[in-house]
Amino acid sequence: MGIVSRGFHGRRPTDGHKLPPGQYETSDFPVLSAGPTPRVSRDEWTFTITTETGQKHTWDWAQLTALPGQTPTVDLHCVTKWSKFGTHWEGVSLDELLADVETAADFALVHSYGGYTTNLPLEDLLDGKAWIAHTYDGEDLPAEHGGPARLLVPHLYLWKSAKWVRGIELLTEDEPGFWESAGYHDYGDPWREQRYQGD
Amino acid sequence: MNASDDAAAGRGTGKAAGSEATGTADDPGARTATGNRPRTRPLRWHAAELAERRTESPSARTLVLRVPGWPGHLPGQHVDVRLTAEDGYSTQRSYSLASAPDGDRVELTVQRVEDGEVSPYLADDMALGDLVELRGPVGGWFVWRPGQQTEPVLLVAGGSGIVPVMAMIRVRTDLGIRVPFRLLYSVRTPDDRFYAQELERGAPGLDTTFLYSRTAPPDSSRPTGRLTPQDLVAWGWPPDFEPAVYVCGPTGFVETAAAFLVGNGHDPGRIRTERFGPTGG
Repeated sequence: MGIVSRGFHGRRPTDGHKLPPGQYETSDFPVLSAGPTPRVSRDEWTFTITTETGQKHTWDWAQLTALPGQTPTVDLHCVTKWSKFGTHWEGVSLDELLADVETAADFALVHSYGGYTTNLPLEDLLDGKAWIAHTYDGEDLPAEHGGPARLLVPHLYLWKSAKWVRGIELLTEDEPGFWESAGYHDYGDPWREQRYQGD
Repeated sequence: MNASDDAAAGRGTGKAAGSEATGTADDPGARTATGNRPRTRPLRWHAAELAERRTESPSARTLVLRVPGWPGHLPGQHVDVRLTAEDGYSTQRSYSLASAPDGDRVELTVQRVEDGEVSPYLADDMALGDLVELRGPVGGWFVWRPGQQTEPVLLVAGGSGIVPVMAMIRVRTDLGIRVPFRLLYSVRTPDDRFYAQELERGAPGLDTTFLYSRTAPPDSSRPTGRLTPQDLVAWGWPPDFEPAVYVCGPTGFVETAAAFLVGNGHDPGRIRTERFGPTGG
């Protein structure tokens, strides 16, 4: 247990929700990003998976949304300490998108419109754990939350769920992304409180 | 709060410079001060004792903390603050550092959120001599690197978004750096300004413009109102000066200001943003 702050009482999460260490519950949906919000129209949007051999698999908006969709309800945990429970999304599972991709890669580097990147192990994108999400709470995903589409990988801190996603590069060796290069954790498991390198 | 980076992913210039992991496990933490990789040793928690509290506005206080072992920081970085109750419950918040590096003295400015869990304690209830835990510095993106960055700097702050920007101004002053700074600071009324006397006093090469959205002092030449693209033209730097631009404030302010700057011709890759949510308290 840490040092007690005299006179601090604090709150406990509601409804039996369990919070990862150091987090607090919020009901709104804060926006956090490192620069101006890129504006990408659905007409020009594409999503490309590039394998370690350079093979490319590309979907445009019509092709993506023609794939079978899923409607995950998930909890979000942001490294800036807020958690939001029971968020409703619609998107395409990465299992669907990776089904016909031949690869021996162990790592993924996610790329966004605007230049953002983030890295994670490929296995964290598989087995129903990750989606390319285009709808939030029944509405088109707003640009400030990553629309037209963002990666959703809710079992990791939310910076891994890259907004304005445009592609995933499959790599045989881990390569740090934007925040990971600035001291944030390569994996980012909120339940193990992996906020920064060395955690 | 003062949420700082990240979360759901921001955008940036792609991989940050210095992204190659050149350090080794043998020099753990060798470059934490620059925010670059790698940091193989965990950032540790420090005990922080409240040494002084100053009123900045009706709802904001600056906390002066004594943090033995504080490693120093870059202006724009933030810290994680951990509070633990007697029953062991604990929670954390992020706050931007307001001060320039000064030994074991660290200053944070906290805006009280009325129904917040943490900010009323920090702003009002915590007594001198009481302790919190603090970990950092954190963040290598929304920072100004004195000595390395020689381009003009444009600071655009809304409300409590002044805090990390003020650290940049203070470091510039402390080090006597001549890089020209311009600050546009949007607040509702004159009383809402943080650091008002210090900003009124100014510094050579720092141009400060207050933008009042509700009530302006009688001698103000600008009509009251929210930030406009014209404000950024009139009081900022032209895009062809290629300034480093830092925008910080509530989400709506940052979205608007960043879009105006891009619309005015500034390169999105030179605009760094930090958004302070109303949540977090």
